Amino acid sequence: METDLALSEQLPPLTVHEATVEADRCLYCYDAPCTHACPTHIDIPKFIKKIATRNLRGSAQTIYAANLLGATCARVCPVQELCEGACVLGSEHKPIAIGRLQRYAMDSAKASGVTPRARGVAAGIARKIAVVGAGPAGLSCAGELALRGHDVTVFEKRELPGGLSTYGIIALREPVDVAIDEARMIEGLGVKIRTGVEFGRDVTLERARGEFDTIVLSVGLGATPALGIEGEEAIVDGLAYIEMSKTDAASLRVGRNVVVIGAGNTAIDCATIAKRLRADRVTMVYRRTVSEMTCYEHEYLFALSEGIEFRFLAQPVGVVMKDGEVAGLECLRVELGKPDATGRPAPVVVAESEFVIEADQIVKAVGQVKPNQEKTGLAAAMGLKTEKGYIAVSADFETSVAGVYAIGDCVRARGAASTVMAVQDGKVAARAIEAKLSAVAAEVK
Amino acid sequence: MADLKIDFAGIKSPNPFWLASAPPANSGAQIHRAFEAGWGGAVWKTIGAPVLNVSNRYGAWRQGRRMMAINNVELISDRPIEVNLREIAEVKRAWPDRAVIVSAMVESKPEAWHEIVRRIEDTGADGIELNYGCPHGMSERGMGSAVGQVPEYCEQITRWVMETAKIPVIVKLTPNITNIVMPARAAVAAKANALSLINTLNSIVGVDLETLELTPNIGGKGGHGGYAGQAVKPIALNMLAALGTDEVVSHAGLPISGMGGISTWEDAAQFLLLGASSLQVCTAVMHYGYRIIEDLCDGLSNWMDEKGFASVADVVGRSLHRVSEFKNFDLSFRAVARIDEAKCIQCNLCYVACNDTAHQCIDLIAANGSVVQPYAYDVRANGKEDAIETRPQPKVREEDCVGCRLCYNVCPVEECIEMVELPSGRETVTWQELTEKRTKVTEDWDAMKEYRERVGIHIH
Repeated sequence: METDLALSEQLPPLTVHEATVEADRCLYCYDAPCTHACPTHIDIPKFIKKIATRNLRGSAQTIYAANLLGATCARVCPVQELCEGACVLGSEHKPIAIGRLQRYAMDSAKASGVTPRARGVAAGIARKIAVVGAGPAGLSCAGELALRGHDVTVFEKRELPGGLSTYGIIALREPVDVAIDEARMIEGLGVKIRTGVEFGRDVTLERARGEFDTIVLSVGLGATPALGIEGEEAIVDGLAYIEMSKTDAASLRVGRNVVVIGAGNTAIDCATIAKRLRADRVTMVYRRTVSEMTCYEHEYLFALSEGIEFRFLAQPVGVVMKDGEVAGLECLRVELGKPDATGRPAPVVVAESEFVIEADQIVKAVGQVKPNQEKTGLAAAMGLKTEKGYIAVSADFETSVAGVYAIGDCVRARGAASTVMAVQDGKVAARAIEAKLSAVAAEVK
Repeated sequence: MADLKIDFAGIKSPNPFWLASAPPANSGAQIHRAFEAGWGGAVWKTIGAPVLNVSNRYGAWRQGRRMMAINNVELISDRPIEVNLREIAEVKRAWPDRAVIVSAMVESKPEAWHEIVRRIEDTGADGIELNYGCPHGMSERGMGSAVGQVPEYCEQITRWVMETAKIPVIVKLTPNITNIVMPARAAVAAKANALSLINTLNSIVGVDLETLELTPNIGGKGGHGGYAGQAVKPIALNMLAALGTDEVVSHAGLPISGMGGISTWEDAAQFLLLGASSLQVCTAVMHYGYRIIEDLCDGLSNWMDEKGFASVADVVGRSLHRVSEFKNFDLSFRAVARIDEAKCIQCNLCYVACNDTAHQCIDLIAANGSVVQPYAYDVRANGKEDAIETRPQPKVREEDCVGCRLCYNVCPVEECIEMVELPSGRETVTWQELTEKRTKVTEDWDAMKEYRERVGIHIH
């Protein structure tokens, strides 16, 4: 896929020299805090030591042992908040560039064809398992199960596998090829990935229940919710905006004066694309202030360095049209009130404080619709209980329906949604499924 | 300001630092530049028998990308001897205040040695160093370490030299020998004016895992070469101290020029403290150039000022009286490790070293004071806050610490772990004294057990 140069991967790969020098700098901590901080608990000092000793195959296997999607995570993880943020060298020096070293190991694994080792196949209990959704959680779970000898089919309604890695993370951070290659690697483990097939419609629930021993839902979240403001139909959906930038950047229409509504990861990504694709001015509009933004601090700082502007304490109320074209976003001024249910100060709209931010393109990135808001979603169709809008699961990721598991963003009732958390869900769920199927098999014997 | 001048067996130089006989002292043009940079003297790269060299002469041992030692198969000077002699004379004329010493190595015949001594003296050089150390190539031809490894040869050749030499003669010793004292005593017996040590160590630096050839590879072959640089310093210090504490050698009072891994002024001060009165440097110069002389002098001078040493002679041999043997160590001396929690970065290298390979006396202590096991966190825990906030603190159980000092050595943080002297509550006693006064304790495990229990020695 052709990527506009302005959107090509932001950080270059480490050279052999850079990687070796950086790996040598690692202290090789014991029971290291970086490993603790990593949601998948990759043995980071171990894989870095192996880079230092030029055992790159061993390094990649160390990563795979804890995280099958190491190539994606190396690129998209908020390492400042996770491994690198916990590095013991961080307080007085510079933390080890763990993310980039992981990418180095994974790039080398791809180049030399190193694939994950089997996890120990339990003979005689291979089962048929359906995974719904080929995003990070689904691929992680499918791969983990295949490595344990199970017969896994992944159903993906989109044309390409990879979920948000393919469609939702800007190419600056993860090019499409990386996500696709990773999905192909998972296929190489014996997983069947059926793209363009919608589970529940192309494959009926009834048929699936008859055919598969276990069903794992990794369906993510829904579309960007409606703002419910006047002229909303003229607003561009942020997820679609990012998707287009990855799959067909040449056809993406970018305004000269772009306004992005929202202040999360996706909103920052949309603003970045607009700026990189040569918008003169990009303004992010958020109803609270800098300290309540849901994006990471490093993302905010990155946006500032890109020349993106911020308009805080503004509540969009309507799109201003002129001659059938977008001309601006009408907003009301906001003041911060008492903490609301999220613990953040509630935005209180100031009456009659209307003002207009000029724009010829408005993009919204204000989260995604949760499973309980999707009337036609699988959660409803399968009668799954929800919690705070997300599919409710046990500690083993089993839903209220026995034999049906759910992982990834669709269960993320607590904590920040991220790729690496999704990968860990997939891994933990696969272990739980394996344990349960083994126990059942033992009973039958 | 401390006086760095030295008078070494009559050879004077403005500071104790000489280029060792090696590639940095290969030509007049180089030594001119070295003297301009401030070197006190130079031992000219060995002249003598005709030789030819090969490519890929140097291998290296590295820690990461940093070179810690060089191994080499370069021979003595391959430049025509007349050129060397002419340049030696020119350099000495241009630099009358610097020490110009010429290293020599010829066939083991009296007339060959008489001839080379005469020719060197004709240049006006300040001294001669006899190269009995070169461990490769020359040794195969009966020279270099082939001489240095046999005290009788050492003595014989030194006598031939001393028969004619009018300028000071330094005998350079090879470390490739079981007891360095033996060739030193031979040099003393032959009335040499001074000693120098160490030459390079026999070594093979590695094997290339791609080609399976030796490193360095010389047309498909390789072999042992001379090893030098920071990594050999402890070996050199030990041999230096062995000479300083040998009755015969120390009684003879020969000055010793110390070398072997000197890279910093701190190394230099240590060589002086253990008895060297001039210092030679090669590998560090090959790594960083002549410019390192500035800090060698500056650092040494500042340290001497701080310590109140007025001259180099005040420093020489100051620590020699502390060199002893295990049998004389105080068995009741007690030190324990203490971790400064304010400096500790909780890398746990001390913990794993102690727990796996020492005496299991470091615990990981959680915030609530309880001892926790490594990797005790929940599989669902993650994020930097959780990792940092719940990270336990390594702490030494001093009552169980044997004071092995391993944790101190592995700690990557400056001044974080300290070895603290604590009273042992036992009277001073050495193994020698035990052997003399309580012989049974040193020969019989039951007697040892009874003794330990009586005096309160707990073995972990």
